[in-house]
Amino acid sequence: MIKTIDLKKSFGKLKVLKGITEHIKPQEVVSVIGPSGSGKSTFLRCLNLLEIPDSGQIIFEGVDITQKGIDIDNHRQKMGMVFQLFNVFPHLTVEKNITLAPVMTGKKTQIEAKEQAEELLNKVGLYDKIHEHPNRLSGGQKQRLAIVRALAMEPDVMLFDEPTSSLDPEMVGEVLQVIKDLVKSGMTTVIVTHEMGFAKDVSDRVLFMDEGIIAEQGTPQEIFGNPQNPRTKDFLSKVLY
Amino acid sequence: MWTHLGERIIGLLSRYNTLFLEGVGMTLLLSALTVAIGVFLGSFLAMMKMSKIYPIRWLANIYIEIIRGTPLLLQLYFFYFVIPEMIKFINFTKFSSVATALALNSAAYVAEIIRSGIQSVEKGQTEAARSLGLTKRQTMLKIVAPQAVKNILPALANEFIMVIKETSLASTFFVGDLMTSFKTIQGITYMSFEPLVIVGAIYLILTYLLSKLVAVYEGRLKASD
Repeated sequence: MIKTIDLKKSFGKLKVLKGITEHIKPQEVVSVIGPSGSGKSTFLRCLNLLEIPDSGQIIFEGVDITQKGIDIDNHRQKMGMVFQLFNVFPHLTVEKNITLAPVMTGKKTQIEAKEQAEELLNKVGLYDKIHEHPNRLSGGQKQRLAIVRALAMEPDVMLFDEPTSSLDPEMVGEVLQVIKDLVKSGMTTVIVTHEMGFAKDVSDRVLFMDEGIIAEQGTPQEIFGNPQNPRTKDFLSKVLY
Repeated sequence: MWTHLGERIIGLLSRYNTLFLEGVGMTLLLSALTVAIGVFLGSFLAMMKMSKIYPIRWLANIYIEIIRGTPLLLQLYFFYFVIPEMIKFINFTKFSSVATALALNSAAYVAEIIRSGIQSVEKGQTEAARSLGLTKRQTMLKIVAPQAVKNILPALANEFIMVIKETSLASTFFVGDLMTSFKTIQGITYMSFEPLVIVGAIYLILTYLLSKLVAVYEGRLKASD
């Protein structure tokens, strides 16, 4: 579904991605773990071109989206993204947060979008907040809203960039549960996370990134049970205690 | 000097009330016009300053630097004496010269207000909108601009207050603003202190009322946050 070929990206002199070649298959759930500064978020943000790679290709559903002159907005509509800092729209009600994009892009009429928003909010237990502004929501509620906002575009793949890293501990569970349900429904998912238990639980495959490369990858059993790379071992010994 | 001051002020007020009123009217007209044109041109300048194309950004920067780095009075002189000489086919009146200079001056300040208002909207907002597949334009109109306006409006109101005070410089050319009223009355009566007190009080009332309005508006914004 998404292929990257020798993806490279630098910020100034700092080489953040040093050549990532990866293939995410339909319905696959891939977790990306690794120390901070390893390039995992940059890798994820390259997939929908929020960061433009310096070189390399990204093939999404058979189209090289790094080509010049490609209509990236069109492709982004099929890639949902959830951010660490939620980035819900504070000036819009919960309902408008969800319906804005489907209506603006011509995917849905206002009425269809509203029906869909109600259904999605029901699913994540936020229906009673539909007319509120996001400032009345807790962090966990904001992130659930951000997830259904992305889902309203009916994407083919969901990208999560540390979705629970800025949540209070007691709200992590509710957000992870929503992601878990989504994963079970067969959504292709790439998730950058520090929640090792969660990664172990839901992933088909785990990528361990370090210093701009994928240092090791495998099933959760392989990575967490029997890591081969000394850097993976070192990282896991620090985060699993 | 202090004896019968109140009487003299009341006397001046009643004798020259139309002159003061006309002065207030002209000051407000000039200020409103300045800010209106300033906002219009300032929006363009702000967009130019945020442009990806270097020469466009450069042009806007030069303009803003020149305007902000030279005295307004100098700019007024320039538009009063030099521009009408250079551009003969337009018939510049006193008023249009002064209004043009004030508006072009204000545009540079307004451009900075608008630019910083837009850039104060978190980057994550743009990223979220673009990740949903909205175009650059849709993102600006539906996500960034509505949030930027909250920052921009109070600053614009302050700019209006500044402009009200700055229009007094236009009295150099006797355009009929409030400060011109002072000069006229001073010329007729040879009194300085009394008309200055009156004119000063009027400026103070205008700016105070406006800043109170802004405060109320800002309070309402905070309540909605």
